[in-house]
Amino acid sequence: MTAPSQQKLKVQGAAVITANRLSDGAVVYRTAAGAWTTQLADAAVVTGTQAAKELLARAAADENIAVGAYVAPVDVGADRIEPGNLRERIRVAGPTFSLPACIAG
Amino acid sequence: MYIYDDFDLTLVAERVAEFRDQVARRLSGELNEEEFKPLRLMNGVYLQLHAYMLRVAIPYGTLSSKQLRALAHIGRRYDRNYGHFTTRQNIQFNWIKLSDLPDVMADLAEAGLHGMQTSGNCVRNVTTDQWAGVAPDEIEDPRVWAEILRQHSTLHPEFSYLPRKFKIALTAAATDRAAVRVHDIGLRLHKNGTGETGFEVMVGGGLGRTPFIGKTIKPFLPKRDFLSYIEAILRVYNQYGRRDNIYKARIKILVHELGAEKFAAEVEAEWRNIKDGALALDPAFVADIAARFRYPDYKALSDNPIELKRARAADPKFEGWFRNSVTPHRTPGYAIVTLSLKPEGAPPGDATSEQMDAIADLADRYSFGEIRVGHEQNLALPHVAQRNLPALWEALDAVGVATPNVNLVSDIIACPGLDYCSLANARAIPVAQELSRRFKSLDTQREIGRLHINISGCINACGHHHIGHIGILGVEKNGQEFYQITLGGRADENAELGALLGPAVPYAEVAEAIEDVVAAYVELRERPNELFVDTVKRVGIEPFKERVYATR
Amino acid sequence: MPLVRNGAIAEDRFVRILDDMPVPDGLAAIVPAARLLADAGELARRNGALGVLWPNDRNVSELTPHLDRLALVALVFPNFRDGRAYSQARIVRERYRFRGELRATGQVLRDQFLCMLRAGFDAFEVSKDADAQAFAAVVSRYSVHYQPAGDSTPSMSMARLSRARPAAVLAEMPRQD
Repeated sequence: MTAPSQQKLKVQGAAVITANRLSDGAVVYRTAAGAWTTQLADAAVVTGTQAAKELLARAAADENIAVGAYVAPVDVGADRIEPGNLRERIRVAGPTFSLPACIAG
Repeated sequence: MYIYDDFDLTLVAERVAEFRDQVARRLSGELNEEEFKPLRLMNGVYLQLHAYMLRVAIPYGTLSSKQLRALAHIGRRYDRNYGHFTTRQNIQFNWIKLSDLPDVMADLAEAGLHGMQTSGNCVRNVTTDQWAGVAPDEIEDPRVWAEILRQHSTLHPEFSYLPRKFKIALTAAATDRAAVRVHDIGLRLHKNGTGETGFEVMVGGGLGRTPFIGKTIKPFLPKRDFLSYIEAILRVYNQYGRRDNIYKARIKILVHELGAEKFAAEVEAEWRNIKDGALALDPAFVADIAARFRYPDYKALSDNPIELKRARAADPKFEGWFRNSVTPHRTPGYAIVTLSLKPEGAPPGDATSEQMDAIADLADRYSFGEIRVGHEQNLALPHVAQRNLPALWEALDAVGVATPNVNLVSDIIACPGLDYCSLANARAIPVAQELSRRFKSLDTQREIGRLHINISGCINACGHHHIGHIGILGVEKNGQEFYQITLGGRADENAELGALLGPAVPYAEVAEAIEDVVAAYVELRERPNELFVDTVKRVGIEPFKERVYATR
Repeated sequence: MPLVRNGAIAEDRFVRILDDMPVPDGLAAIVPAARLLADAGELARRNGALGVLWPNDRNVSELTPHLDRLALVALVFPNFRDGRAYSQARIVRERYRFRGELRATGQVLRDQFLCMLRAGFDAFEVSKDADAQAFAAVVSRYSVHYQPAGDSTPSMSMARLSRARPAAVLAEMPRQD
């Protein structure tokens, strides 16, 4: 009910900046080079509130490419980045059930 | 159905052109997101978790077969081959690209469809009884009044930037199938002591974070004053509704803070200034709108034809569906057929493009080309000759919309929840799917009887959980999904808000908790046809609480 | 900030007077609402057209004793979403029959022009130059309106009744066996 973008920013642990692409709404992540990617694996990972704020400020200024930028938690493993909560898992993997068109075959 | 003329088509086409320009200005960066957002919302375009979502209005829930095919086409061409029917007589497409949206709108406009005012702080799609015009218990067709309101509120120069969204519903029947008491304005057509037909006006109902049942501020409003009185309500709200806090901006808060009497007095004072002006309804105008509704050329048929009798006697499956999904029509020899969009294990209210096309074909063949959409997220064919019911049933069964669970425990109303919605805290659809699997036995469902489960994935209550017999509200606690359960709500003419059962239960336990509630009801009810809500009223929620929390 | 008046970009002959600033004689001036209410008599005796900037949370009925001495009423849109001044405009125009300049100020963007015009505004302090340039094109985007409002355009309902019933454009209901 409160979108993450409207919540007070306090970041503990690792996080990425995510948004939706303006043209088609696709889920995108901010890269270290200041671009956007649809692959979480290519996202810039930051730790702590200050670093997250800085990356967010730059990403939010780029709203003609991607809109609604916010900080999303991630879990960083040895060889991969995983979304840090259910909402972000759903944004990566899609709805948690088969879409109707697939059921109907 | 309402027949668009060149005025209506011109306006919709001009709206598409305007939106095309707005999208182009946004994509070029001329408009920033803050400026563009209210513009896209006024056209029903949201940005959700995975993509843009488009909400298309289905005014008063009436669709022509041509319109349903247009919706199927949108799903196929621009989305992922399906659409989701909502609790407010709209359909949503979940995977639309912003860059495609002007073309989507143009395709819809050709069929007289649009997304105007399906979002934003304006008067939303005006809803009514999905059986309007065919229900035996209505005093007149409420869609005429819904259409008058639709026209009046469309691109209204004064009320397009209200403090918050504004929902109006109408009913003209003894049984309220439009949930008018939980709308910002609810209107009930009825006759007064002298036999004149007019409106009971209720205001300040609504669900969401602060649910209220609407209060009657005008027991009888003559038809002539229909528009001027609603204009007065909107004007008072536009000026005095709160704009400092989004959670307190709905008219229900204004009505609550002022008190219904004081609010009514404000409306009366404003109304006196305008009641004899341009909005006083000329009977010729009402007649003109009414004449735009076409009714089928029914044949002279009698009830219970031999074809129906034979099929009922011969096939218990048909008989089960007939008893569940077929409702009396006001014309002899005809019936209203509800099409369940709640098959076992499916997301409630979803229909594939193939299903929509097939239903459009069946509507042409068996229902004078007309389809209805109800707030329960099911469809209906409103004008089916009873002798055609056996053939129709087979055809509906073949496309998966003949599950005979209408109004039963698996006919669950659910919002899209966290699987799609950026506002949600918890999932709703998987909970509905799991419940529909647990209650899949039709015998069990019939034994339980009429029971409405409503699920919302957040406090905004799009799944209308407060007015479900059993309401389920998803909340988030420490990153986990939990669900509050409410009992005893109802949406009809005796509308009530459910009472909280107890502490929220985790996702993994919610289906079992609901099974416990239902089992307790079956044991506690006085007789098999005592409604769940009546049992709750009689025994209170304590026995249910004991049952659910004894083992938790 | 460009001013659009009567459909065209125009020079603003009014000066804005803030709070307690002196009101120069001989100039067209817009004063704050509080100033108008406090110094009504004095303001009426000066030379020069008088306008008032009226906030959107103050009842416009307080304006009625002064309207016949006012050349301009400016109403405020603090942001795009705040629509209170649309109601104020209609009341000032339609109920109080104000015939002077009714000016929209604040956040005034092209996508509000038509609503503002139909609510009775005839002058617009437009936030963006490009929007002011586009004024004429934007307000002619719609050739039909459903409802009657403060402007003189006929509503669709009235237009419909004043002509013969047109043929329905979308298909009639199919016949059934």
